[in-house]
Amino acid sequence: MITLNVNGRSHEIADEPNTPLLYVLRDTLELNGAKFGCGLGQCGSCTVVVDGKSVFSCLTPISILQGRKITTLEGLGSEDAPSPLQRAFIEEQAAQCGYCIPGMIMRAHALLTANRTPTDAQIREHMNPNLCRCGTHMRVLAAIKRAARGMQAADASAPRQEVRP
Amino acid sequence: MLRLVLSIIFIAILAAAALFYATHLTIPEERTQRSFAPDIVKRGGELAALGYCASCHTAENGKPFAGGRPLATPFGTIYGTNITPDPETGIGAWTRAAFNRAMRDGVDRAGRDLYPAFPYDHFTKLTDEDLGALYAFLMTREAVRAQNPRNELAFPYNLRLLLAGWKLLYLDKAPVPIDPTKSAEWNRGAYLVEALSHCGACHTPRDRFGAEIASKRLDGGEAEGWWAPPLNRTSPSPVPWSEESLFNYLRSWDSGHGGAVGPMAPVVAALAAVPEQDVRAIAAYIASTLAKPSESEKRVEDNQTPAIQANSQGAQLYAGVCAACHETGGYVPFTVASLGQHTSIHGPDPRNVIHVIIHGIQPPEGTVGAIMPAFADTLNDAQIAEIVSYLRARFSSGPQWSNIADEVGRVRRRETSP
Amino acid sequence: MNAPLVTPSRRDFLAGALVVSFSLRSLSSFAAEEQQSPKPPLPGSLKNALMLDAWIRVDADGTVTVFTGKCEIGQGIRTALIQVAAEELEVEARAIHLVTADTVRTANEGFTSGSNSMKDSGAAIRNAAAQVREILIGIAAERIGVAADQLHAQSGAIVGPGNRRIGYGELVAGEVLHAAAQPASRLKTPEALRVIGQSMPRVDIPGKVTGGVSYVQDLRLPNMVHARIVRPPSYEARLQSLDPSAIEKLPGVLKIVRDGSFLGVIAEREFQAITAAHALAAAAKWDSATKLPDEKNIFGFIESLPGQDYIIADKHAPSGAAAQTLEAVYRRPYQLHGSIGPSCAVASFDGDALTVWSHAQGMFPLRKAIAEMLHFAEDKVRCIHMEGAGCYGHNGADDAGADAALLARALPGRPVRVQWTREQEHQWEPYGPAMLSRARASLDASGNIVDWQYDVRSNTHSTRPPGAGQLLAARHLEQPFKPDAPKPIPQPEGGGDRNSIPLYAVPNVRVVHHFVPDMPLRVSAHRSLGAYLNVFSIESFMDELATAANADPVEFRLRHMQESRARKVISTAAERFGWSSTPLPRGRGRGFAFAQYKNLGAYCAVAIEAEVEHESGRVRLGRAVAAVDSGQAVNPDGIANQIQGGVVQSASWTLYESVRFEPTRILSQDWSTYPILRFGNVPESVDVHVIDAPGQPFLGTGEAAQGPAAAAIANAVAHATGMRIRDLPLNAARVKAAIGV
Repeated sequence: MITLNVNGRSHEIADEPNTPLLYVLRDTLELNGAKFGCGLGQCGSCTVVVDGKSVFSCLTPISILQGRKITTLEGLGSEDAPSPLQRAFIEEQAAQCGYCIPGMIMRAHALLTANRTPTDAQIREHMNPNLCRCGTHMRVLAAIKRAARGMQAADASAPRQEVRP
Repeated sequence: MLRLVLSIIFIAILAAAALFYATHLTIPEERTQRSFAPDIVKRGGELAALGYCASCHTAENGKPFAGGRPLATPFGTIYGTNITPDPETGIGAWTRAAFNRAMRDGVDRAGRDLYPAFPYDHFTKLTDEDLGALYAFLMTREAVRAQNPRNELAFPYNLRLLLAGWKLLYLDKAPVPIDPTKSAEWNRGAYLVEALSHCGACHTPRDRFGAEIASKRLDGGEAEGWWAPPLNRTSPSPVPWSEESLFNYLRSWDSGHGGAVGPMAPVVAALAAVPEQDVRAIAAYIASTLAKPSESEKRVEDNQTPAIQANSQGAQLYAGVCAACHETGGYVPFTVASLGQHTSIHGPDPRNVIHVIIHGIQPPEGTVGAIMPAFADTLNDAQIAEIVSYLRARFSSGPQWSNIADEVGRVRRRETSP
Repeated sequence: MNAPLVTPSRRDFLAGALVVSFSLRSLSSFAAEEQQSPKPPLPGSLKNALMLDAWIRVDADGTVTVFTGKCEIGQGIRTALIQVAAEELEVEARAIHLVTADTVRTANEGFTSGSNSMKDSGAAIRNAAAQVREILIGIAAERIGVAADQLHAQSGAIVGPGNRRIGYGELVAGEVLHAAAQPASRLKTPEALRVIGQSMPRVDIPGKVTGGVSYVQDLRLPNMVHARIVRPPSYEARLQSLDPSAIEKLPGVLKIVRDGSFLGVIAEREFQAITAAHALAAAAKWDSATKLPDEKNIFGFIESLPGQDYIIADKHAPSGAAAQTLEAVYRRPYQLHGSIGPSCAVASFDGDALTVWSHAQGMFPLRKAIAEMLHFAEDKVRCIHMEGAGCYGHNGADDAGADAALLARALPGRPVRVQWTREQEHQWEPYGPAMLSRARASLDASGNIVDWQYDVRSNTHSTRPPGAGQLLAARHLEQPFKPDAPKPIPQPEGGGDRNSIPLYAVPNVRVVHHFVPDMPLRVSAHRSLGAYLNVFSIESFMDELATAANADPVEFRLRHMQESRARKVISTAAERFGWSSTPLPRGRGRGFAFAQYKNLGAYCAVAIEAEVEHESGRVRLGRAVAAVDSGQAVNPDGIANQIQGGVVQSASWTLYESVRFEPTRILSQDWSTYPILRFGNVPESVDVHVIDAPGQPFLGTGEAAQGPAAAAIANAVAHATGMRIRDLPLNAARVKAAIGV
């Protein structure tokens, strides 16, 4: 048994330790966000966030994930309460077929978590591992920029958090 | 004691050299419109590709030949210079004589000695004709105004005066000898390898003054924090290199050995634009330096002993992380049948393997070439170390690498080895 | 989300079958009637299903369900069709439940292809909705006892004098909507439209960005099991021997299915199926009889194949004397659809009837093909569309459906999900065919085109079902099915000759389509079919002619264009781009191109800036501006999204893409061997200007931008370098070779 922390909840996973996270997310936990695209780490459709960094879930066996914090698309928000990044993708209508978009959102989420004010060049470079075939790139970039602006504004207006020992 | 004596002798030589070479004359500027025959320019372009000038003289995402690329050396960081024909910041005002002097003597137009990171110890062997073609090529590039960044060198290496002494000791200006017993192709290869393509600059180890050790020619060296494998009989490659496999490797990818990564990747990218016969000549020459009588006994190790499989957490990590692509018998494009075929697994240190795992492999935009994802964010240092150690144990008969964990940390932080 | 998440019960299935047979009966009686008294044609796809309730149903509780035989393939059709229905029905868009292609529930609208969905289904639904609204008004008028013209429809109710409201649900007793559609409808006037023409947000996007069940890949049926296929190493290779005994014992393996050279494995869990498939692939021994032509000489090879010539344009009129004549040859290599999600299907067999969930573009043709392959009666097979990743034409979707059908038949009672690998999708999908064209034209002394001769040579652009032999698995069976003989797609839509007739006004025009039946590589419909090469050729050639005429490319196009809508699109794109002849810095160029897709669909013009790095030949794209006229714009943002995507997708095809192969096999197996555009080189910006044409018919948009974008890029590269490159793709090596040292 491997304990996985996915979107803040612990799951006891009986799958074989070499099983890539992608199949555990999709088949065992029935989460649709991470998609199968290539299984080779070439397209980014399966991108999820582990400990704040974007990783290819198709090449990440669950054996190395014990104790690590896994976030999937579902962990950001829901259709009723989308996260700022998901909302930005909706507002920019940043999808055609949409298949690559969950991976795009997760990779962008890792970027914006680390850097609230990425430049256009930084966004393009950061997103380079993820492929889109419909040609939605311009809207994906616009959505990430929109989310970044929104998050900056939220940061600015948020009350300073008290630090407790 | 001996060391001290040697050092005193060395300093004495430096002082003498300083006297002789204290100043080189400045070669006056030349700002006239130059014109060159198109076939000379074309030849110069091929030669520039064979010397992969652009790889050191172009910054990441920068304009070609406009300089600015940092080169980490044991003495500090040296920046590739602007060699576009911009008269102010590039070499636009350089006469042919000034260009020749830089290439042959390592002295710039203003008379300053150049650091041997610019491999004039190889270029000094270039024929006059080839220098002329290179000059024609560079002078017809787009002039880019780009100030050269200042080198970041620690004392005393920031004293250019020392370079005069260095040259006195190390600069061998003799041309590449012609071996009449060998084919024209081989001799062409020898010239390219020793002069223009300056293979030894990375593949020959250097002494503490940064000079290639003549007695260890092509024994394997360093390049930007990577191990540059030997190109002679000391090569640990378990798969024999042939002219054909070298040609494949230098042109794109070889099923026996894989493809170029790290600092070698831009070399292979540049060679794509070079006439086939030149690449074949290099392959013929290097194949002859690599060959040894026992080649036929070579074999690819695969020690899947119960001890290795059971004791290592690496075995499980390998099965989960690497096997999806690397245990398919070469089915996945750009994977070799066994990772044991890669020379780096058999090298003296694990740096190359670590580099590839941490940073992955990305081909130039829009080109066919291996893609390997970067595992920096997937695996922690300990896990990478486990995998590296497992790869070594399973695929190499060499002794286990030491300090793997330290190297993993250094490569992750993009530091060079101490 | 319309697709059921549970296995349809036998009862549902029968109910569906009844609907179908009923519709068929009504179809034949109507057809007989029609023969006797000819009527004007029914709009759009209404002629495929003549009863209004085949398109729109209203339940007693007022729920509105709209049925389309088309599929959502990422083009946003679901949203646009809901808008059309909401408009004419006068109900809120969110109150409409839309059912897409399902052989039991919806009309047969053939394939969702050719940018025809709005023209076919949009028109059908709009007219059906208007007629339903009028029927409901009529019933309400009778019930209230007032004249119909005193009533109007509003928010799902008929409203009359004194604000009296009767909900639609109360009006639909009996089978009032089971009425034959009429040729003419009382459509709302352009001024009265309130939903059509609005950029309504896509209904599917919120689910897609939050992890909803959006694709067939996400379908999880109770008791479902997972399968993988093991394909031959090359087209013609046959399975010689296989000892499956060790693999049968692997954890979770339920069944290994072998029929001739068709080989698959079913396991309880997905990763178990993957592991078993790897073992199966290693155990299988194949022969290899495949002999592909030499990739380096592929165009010579295609020219050497026998062809059938079709003269598709031949007009002659008096003209000025030719002062100069230009000739050029253009080529386009095989190109992949390359869906980001490899093909997938789920099938369930209950021992008697089979249901297949598929992302293919035609559920009815797929049903026919699968039924033939399995020797089932057609009514024993139901095909339900669920979205997949964007397909851009005929990819592996139908084939995956066939795979799932074969595997499910072998394991009755367990739904089987089969997922192709990336390598299988790359190697086995039918490519967009390699093609070449030859253009020849003369200019008179004042720079006007006086004659135009154009030849295009191509394979077919459709090897789609319904023939069982069109399915990959069916060809690999012990008793194989043979592919249908390839046929050209006739004009005016055309296949290889799509968009090969110039829209420009030229007095003498001759266009010949050299149709080549022999297909060295598997090919079929690839987004925009032959229009991609033909528009690339014609619009590159127009620039070459403009240069010869010493004219500005935009002015030269307008000079030869008489159609006002085309002129408006051209001038809008040029204006918004800021088209001018001012010189650009060294290495930069601007390019322009225009086409009306199929000469029948949307008008689209693209202007783009490109920078060519002299030393490497690398092309970087700058600003792009497009203008588009899609007729009455139902969802302007949806149109903009399609055009923007079309420009970027075409940039990838045009700059990088080419299927690689050697005599024994396809070498393009993944994204390392078939590189495509990444974020690092997308254009700086792509702005789209939608020109609305109120009251005009809907014009297909999904494929309008690909051809113009390709030619605009090539023209920009030519402008930047002074070199004309006529071979696609314009990759760095080719551009560098053209510009020289």
